[in-house]
Amino acid sequence: MISDTLRQYISFDLFPLISAICVALSCGLIGNHLVLRRQSMMGDAISHAVLPGLVAAFLLASSRSPMVMFLGAGASALVTVGLIELVKRLGRVEPGAAMGVVFSVMFALGVLMLEQAAADHVDLDADCVLYGQLETLFFVAPTEWNQLFSVGTLNDIPTQVSTLLGLTILVIIFKVALHKELRIASFDPGLATTQGIHAGLITVLLMVMTAACAVASFEAVGSILVIAMLICPASTARLCTDRLSTQIKLSALFAITAAVIGYILASFVPEMLGMPSSLNAAGMISVVAGSMVALAAIVSPSHGLIAKSFRQRSLRKTVAIEDLIGLLYRAKETGTPRSTISSIAPAMNTKDINQVIQASTRQGLVTQTNNSLELTGAGQAAGAKIIRRHRLWEGYLVDQANIRPDNVHDIAEQLEHLPTDEPDSDTQTDPHGRPVPPHSD
Amino acid sequence: MNLTLAQSLTQTHDEMPSLREVFDTITLQSGFNTNAVIVAASLLGIAGGIIGAFALLRKRSLTADALSHATLPGITSAFLIASAMGLNARSLPILLLGATISGILGVLCIHLILTYTRLREDAAIGIVLSVFFGIGVVLLSVIQSTATSSAAGLNHFIYGQTAAMLTADAILMGTIVLIAIAIAILAMKEITIVCFNESFARVTGIPAGLIDGLILALIVLVTVSGLQAVGLILIVAMLIIPPAAARFWTDRVRLLIILSALIGALSGFIGASVSALLPRKPAGAVIVLCAGSIFIISMLAAPTRGVIAQLIRHAKLKLQIAIDHTLESKYQYPEHHPRTTFSLRVLLRLKGFTQSLSPSSALSQSGIKRGRRVRRNHMLWEQYLISCADIAPSHVDWSVDQVEHILDDDLITRLENEIRASGLEVQEIQP
Amino acid sequence: MTLLQTQPRSTLDARPEHSADNPLSVHAMTVAYHRKPVLWDVDYDAPPGSLVAIVGPNGAGKSTFIKACLGLIPAAAGTVEFWGKPYKHARADIGYVPQRESVDWDFPVSALDVVCMGLYRKIGWFKPIRKAHKAAAMESLDRMGLADYAHRQIAQLSGGQQQRVFLARALVQNAELYFMDEPFAGVDAATEAAIIEVLRELRSQGKTVIVVHHDLQTVPTYFDHAMLLNMRIVAAGPVSEIFTDENLNKTYGGRLTLLAEASEAVARAQQGQSTK
Repeated sequence: MISDTLRQYISFDLFPLISAICVALSCGLIGNHLVLRRQSMMGDAISHAVLPGLVAAFLLASSRSPMVMFLGAGASALVTVGLIELVKRLGRVEPGAAMGVVFSVMFALGVLMLEQAAADHVDLDADCVLYGQLETLFFVAPTEWNQLFSVGTLNDIPTQVSTLLGLTILVIIFKVALHKELRIASFDPGLATTQGIHAGLITVLLMVMTAACAVASFEAVGSILVIAMLICPASTARLCTDRLSTQIKLSALFAITAAVIGYILASFVPEMLGMPSSLNAAGMISVVAGSMVALAAIVSPSHGLIAKSFRQRSLRKTVAIEDLIGLLYRAKETGTPRSTISSIAPAMNTKDINQVIQASTRQGLVTQTNNSLELTGAGQAAGAKIIRRHRLWEGYLVDQANIRPDNVHDIAEQLEHLPTDEPDSDTQTDPHGRPVPPHSD
Repeated sequence: MNLTLAQSLTQTHDEMPSLREVFDTITLQSGFNTNAVIVAASLLGIAGGIIGAFALLRKRSLTADALSHATLPGITSAFLIASAMGLNARSLPILLLGATISGILGVLCIHLILTYTRLREDAAIGIVLSVFFGIGVVLLSVIQSTATSSAAGLNHFIYGQTAAMLTADAILMGTIVLIAIAIAILAMKEITIVCFNESFARVTGIPAGLIDGLILALIVLVTVSGLQAVGLILIVAMLIIPPAAARFWTDRVRLLIILSALIGALSGFIGASVSALLPRKPAGAVIVLCAGSIFIISMLAAPTRGVIAQLIRHAKLKLQIAIDHTLESKYQYPEHHPRTTFSLRVLLRLKGFTQSLSPSSALSQSGIKRGRRVRRNHMLWEQYLISCADIAPSHVDWSVDQVEHILDDDLITRLENEIRASGLEVQEIQP
Repeated sequence: MTLLQTQPRSTLDARPEHSADNPLSVHAMTVAYHRKPVLWDVDYDAPPGSLVAIVGPNGAGKSTFIKACLGLIPAAAGTVEFWGKPYKHARADIGYVPQRESVDWDFPVSALDVVCMGLYRKIGWFKPIRKAHKAAAMESLDRMGLADYAHRQIAQLSGGQQQRVFLARALVQNAELYFMDEPFAGVDAATEAAIIEVLRELRSQGKTVIVVHHDLQTVPTYFDHAMLLNMRIVAAGPVSEIFTDENLNKTYGGRLTLLAEASEAVARAQQGQSTK
């Protein structure tokens, strides 16, 4: 026995959710290559341009059978891709403008045909082309569990859902089978061709798959979600990793997450908030996918703004500590083992010198008594290391890079903090005649 | 949600209009409302044509696409905010103000994505376009779900409703056209130099950023003002298609802008008139299709950049090469007969290069002359490649077989001079 | 200098006094491209009335040097002065020939239109191009032997002719100091001869021309000064003095590995990328 609430969910929410996940997954996977090849807008052009094919198929076959519409829209999509290429090559029109010309004319044609269809009292909804009708994909769930898992249920599955399931499987097979060909053709078409992989053919296949995604998805979710899913998950993943294989896996994960969260936000949350009806799920999923891009741009551990600024801050901190130790080391060299804070402060480029002193003390590099500072044993070694790097860099910049001795201090002052190899040199003194401390180990 | 999205101007008659009606409509004699619509649509075409030309030259066509999609959340939130504040939520100025703000926000987001992340322009445009539109769609469903207000009317911003244009719109369009023309006349040279060669413009002291901002502001202006008429998906066509079509006909910026404006005006005029005369012809779509037809005609038939002209030039060159090869080989080896097609032999005979149609026909006097010339060019070029190629490395990749046919007299004289200058004799053929 | 965001105590406040005679004085200029230093601490004074070649391998920072001088790329550190004045106040006397590949030659303008662009500064904002301007542009085109091509669309010109159009545009600027980015790249012999003739004429008028040049062989015949560049200045001065095998080996004998590594490290630190 299935409870009423559960039965309601299965009837109204199960298949829309599955459809949304299928669309997200297949578009998300294909999108990786569009984003890498800087052809993201191809998805936009194709998904707008399926409209005339759709209406034509509908008018000619006068049936709403998904197969017929799929064929019409598919033909339309391929014509669009071909036309864009033709306008670009033969007409020598800039790629962006070529796309714009072709897709807007195709879309206008579609709108016009739709209007004619409406005259024949044919009910074809133009809105669904843009933002889909996920909500209509319901089926009447049986009351018993054993009925739900019977063959009979399969026949009740909305055809859009089975089309989308088929598409998802097709996309996964395509991606797995042609993984390395796709990778090399996206990265370096010239190299691909010399390796015996026809880059042009791969491009055509990719466009066919993009068209298939757009066509299969549009009736369930509309063209806007198709565009969002082609571009957003891949972009989010691109902000999180530098490896293509990881990027592809992440994009799949992000796509599914966006679909589930977006669907929940659109379908269940408004109800809880007491709104009279649910919101547009396709639109909401796009918004979630877009928010994920924004989130990744901010919090991604590798390329996010926060991580970047954190690393910059920690570098600043290290630099300040190293500067302090370097100053104390230099002072000691000239015979002042203890320096007062007030004598150090003017030479330090930091807002809060006390914070730097505290951090250095915590790390056991410096001891503070009253207002004066002294290097510990570890501090002495660290100071020697940093001053050694500084003076070696100065020597290198003068000897190898021909930079004027007056100018090298400033540059060395920065390079000494960076994780590069130490300049290789046997010299005992820097260009200003000061001794280079020996290597610590 | 089954609304008639794009309405025709007339729903009254279902049959073909009479000639009288056609004449009245296109000469603006069929009623004040229809006239306002036709005039406004034509003016929108002019404004889109001029401003679109700038966008095309600056390669910003798709930014306009993102911008127009990004207006939807602005329209819907303006509607929601206005109704929450108890104002007239359908008031056009309020809705268009919302559209402007969110359109500019969209462009700003593209800029932010490009500055702060590693994503490229195409991805940035796509993200903004789809996500902003998604927000708009969600807000649209919010409006529909709240019982107090109806979203009917807002849909017109997506697909356009030219019929809703009033005299006020015509005046608004006219003002924008005047602004666009004024800027085109005043800042033409500044815009041109920034579009052609930004670094040189900056060195000269022309602020490229300011010019870019100006172009963007104009795109926003024409997009927002045309939203209601053409719809936010198709408005971008008013900016892209006319200049792209005009580019086929001219090689000059000034003429490009004028032609682009004319094509835009013509599309607007025809589109609105057809929509007024025939039932169920949504004006926005018809306008775009008119522009599209002009584009196709231009792409095919334009004199030098057109596809047909290109094909003819290509075929002519191929023919010329075939003739030259035959003449050269017949001249060089008179007893050897190169394989020729019948049509080529007819052509050779017609031009008077051969004495008969037979494959073994000897050359005529003019055929010998021409053959000798081709042979000499061939040898000159080979000699040049061997002896002086290092002087002009850029020409080495011209293949010997191709180049001998396209050498003009000027180049031949220069070749001879350069070969002589490098201390070699120009090889002459013994007649 | 601010390579890292942590600004060190500056010990370099004392800047040598530049004579107002030198058309170009570059002092301690470090330039970063996408935050990665590509030129380190360049000091250079161009003598008046000379032809200067900037020579160095690919990626040595030759174009970057010119662009940084002209303010097209911000310099991370250092100063650039023209006749002792900052760029803003010297603009009218500086001419520029960008790399030919940097523009779209399918752009709908004629050769004459392009040359007129050199006059836009003189014409002023919002003012139309007058007959006198066109005549000046025409004269400049004629000087480059392109009078017959004035009304052709620029795509219909050969590579060498396109380069000469760019040169004509610079000439019409009537500047005192010229920067030319690879004007000899991929041009025919006639163009090369025409360009060198113009360069010599400019020198005879006491003007200075700084040219990014690729062909080492022609440096001694074409130029009197040279700057050997590879991430830093290897040598600069009269060709007869600095064009030695030793200096050329230093310039072309590979990059300074450690300096290149330092550039990468600075870029990573600057962009907040994880280090190694």
